[in-house]
Amino acid sequence: MIKNPFKKYTTGNSSGINGTRNDQKHAINRKRFRLSDFLAERVIKGVAFMSITIIILIFVFVFREAFPIFHSQKKEAVKTTEVTKNEQASGELKPESYGSTEELKPETYGTPAEELKPESYGPPVEELKPETYGEPVEELNKPASSESNTTTEAKPEQYGVDTSKDSTVANYTNESTEETVAEAPKTPVDENRQALKTLNSQTWQPVSDDPRYGLWPLIIGTLKVTLISILFAAPLAILAALYTSVFANKKIREFIKPAIELLAGIPSVVIGFFALMILASFLQNLFGYDTRLNSFVGGIAMALAAIPIIYTIAEDALTSVPKTYYEASLALGASKWQTAFFVILPAATPGIFAAILLGIGRVFGETMIALMATGNAAMMGINPFESVRTLSATIGAEMAEVVFGDTHYSVLFLIGALLFVFTFSLNAIAEFYVKGKLMKRIQGK
Amino acid sequence: MITTTKRRDIKGAFLEGATLTSALLIIAIIVIILFVIIKGGKGTLNWDFITKFPENGMTEGGIFPAIYGTALLVIIMSIAAVPFGTITAIYLTEYAKENSLIAKTIRFAIRTLAVVPSIIFGLFGLGFFIQFVGVGMDKAFLGGALKWGQPNILWASLTMALLTLPVVIVSVEEALRTIPRDLREASLALGATKWQTIRKVVIPGSFSGIMTGTILAVSRGAGEVAPILFTGAAYYIAQLPHSLSDQFMVLGYHVYIMSTQSANVDKTLPIQFATTLVLLILTFSLNLTAIIIRYRIRRKAVR
Repeated sequence: MIKNPFKKYTTGNSSGINGTRNDQKHAINRKRFRLSDFLAERVIKGVAFMSITIIILIFVFVFREAFPIFHSQKKEAVKTTEVTKNEQASGELKPESYGSTEELKPETYGTPAEELKPESYGPPVEELKPETYGEPVEELNKPASSESNTTTEAKPEQYGVDTSKDSTVANYTNESTEETVAEAPKTPVDENRQALKTLNSQTWQPVSDDPRYGLWPLIIGTLKVTLISILFAAPLAILAALYTSVFANKKIREFIKPAIELLAGIPSVVIGFFALMILASFLQNLFGYDTRLNSFVGGIAMALAAIPIIYTIAEDALTSVPKTYYEASLALGASKWQTAFFVILPAATPGIFAAILLGIGRVFGETMIALMATGNAAMMGINPFESVRTLSATIGAEMAEVVFGDTHYSVLFLIGALLFVFTFSLNAIAEFYVKGKLMKRIQGK
Repeated sequence: MITTTKRRDIKGAFLEGATLTSALLIIAIIVIILFVIIKGGKGTLNWDFITKFPENGMTEGGIFPAIYGTALLVIIMSIAAVPFGTITAIYLTEYAKENSLIAKTIRFAIRTLAVVPSIIFGLFGLGFFIQFVGVGMDKAFLGGALKWGQPNILWASLTMALLTLPVVIVSVEEALRTIPRDLREASLALGATKWQTIRKVVIPGSFSGIMTGTILAVSRGAGEVAPILFTGAAYYIAQLPHSLSDQFMVLGYHVYIMSTQSANVDKTLPIQFATTLVLLILTFSLNLTAIIIRYRIRRKAVR
């Protein structure tokens, strides 16, 4: 494949060396090459930093969308103080706040409502929105927003602004009289505040007249499924790893390892489909419980997704135990299985612990299997044969129907943030704590 | 004395048997999944099924748009993920010092990316690509007309690219490490600069690794559904996507939606099985290819 890769350069260089009078040219040549080298290194380094950037961006943006929930109260506080302040100064303040939305303002005043409407479809709605707080434009805005409701895409932006651009909102409250503040679209803020209160409650009921966003049933459901699947997956995967790393001969190992790797290649939606169509009925016949789809079925199905991860990492850990351990144990008269269970397994415990942690992370965040096989009913009980709704399934099922930017949307992002923080810390623990311990143990400190 | 050793032997045989049984059980599960889905889907799977559009409210006809959408998705995804993944891997093996803080941080970030639940990528795609970049682009270039600020194939592919980035990086890095040090040193000794060495020696030598990475990424991307649930996948679209700002149908999403949300699940059962079978064949053959290539690389490295 690599046939004389330096053909160009050897000729170029040799001419440079031979012709000593071309010293200058040679120097220039070298400099140019150095430049490309320099650039390449910079670009490569820059790109390599992207993975870090992505992680940070995920942090920032998932939290950004979840933020309005917590922000509502602060905003309320700002509003009230501002209102009291502007009692005296509202007149002077007006011109200032006009400046911020210059483009649209004149039109709003100059033209009748009908002509404005078309413009308020897109992002301009955003610029219009703040006006609702203080100005008579309110009537203008209302038809626009009701129409954008039907288009579904424009509405989100409305809310989005209301919550994220709080600085402008604060600005506008300056000019508002008490009356308009009272009747301005305070609902999202109110809802947010209420949502924050209900987060700790025991019912998840986001779509109703009295929406309740109790996270506990979701958390308990997730933990239940995770526990079941890890109880099933971890022993199976670890024993299998022990088999391939200690007992199996080379030929069998080279068959089993890729086969289990293939299991990792089965998409989770296929596993979910399998669980939904076949496994659920099979297990129901076997155990005879009432609800066909429940946390037990979901747990078993997710175990299928977790097994390859636990297996691969545990296998790595087991094979990285120094061979001398194995030989020393055999030399002392221990049999093969004693060596496997009493020497190699304990030596690899930190790695196996890491494997289980990552398996938990996988199950915890698994969405498609949870959506398809757990029944998706947010219930609080600890009975494994009841339907549950996991955190990630909640996001997956409800995000599509939610209005961008409203309270429910933010709560879903909050759940996402929770999931992210959880898996992030699991990974961090597996990475730093376990690895350090493993190193220490193997080096015999 | 004899009885204790005997008992110990029995215990040993039992424990060893347990390890063997678990390994076999895992293999058996794979075989059962394959068997069930092949059995359920092979009756419906034929040429027409692959090349036709869904008909009669998705209760008849084929899944061509889903296959087309999946192909488009993974192509755009690879265009984004493979160069970035390869360059990151090159940085980690060629430029970064093994134990420097930067390299460690990048590695940690990559591993984190690999374990972040796929639904989080979906949320990120929605929050960043659609709500931030897309809406921003609309405002900047289109004066507010809604084009990019909604779910479409571009955002879905880029979201998927983030998800598959670690897969590419890990495979390429592994391949790069198998290139002997001697080759690099020979190249440097001949007067080539570092960048020339990378371009002419390292990258050609790691070509098979880049291939494996791409294949694994494609297989992962074709099978994942959660990240595209709300960044671009559609239930049913009458025509194929013809621009980057169109929504699209995907095999995995098709399976999900048909088996959980469609009006008469029982009637479409054969279609669901056949769609799953297509998806499974796709990901399985890709994975198998990758495993074989990887196996060859490893053997070459040992030699």
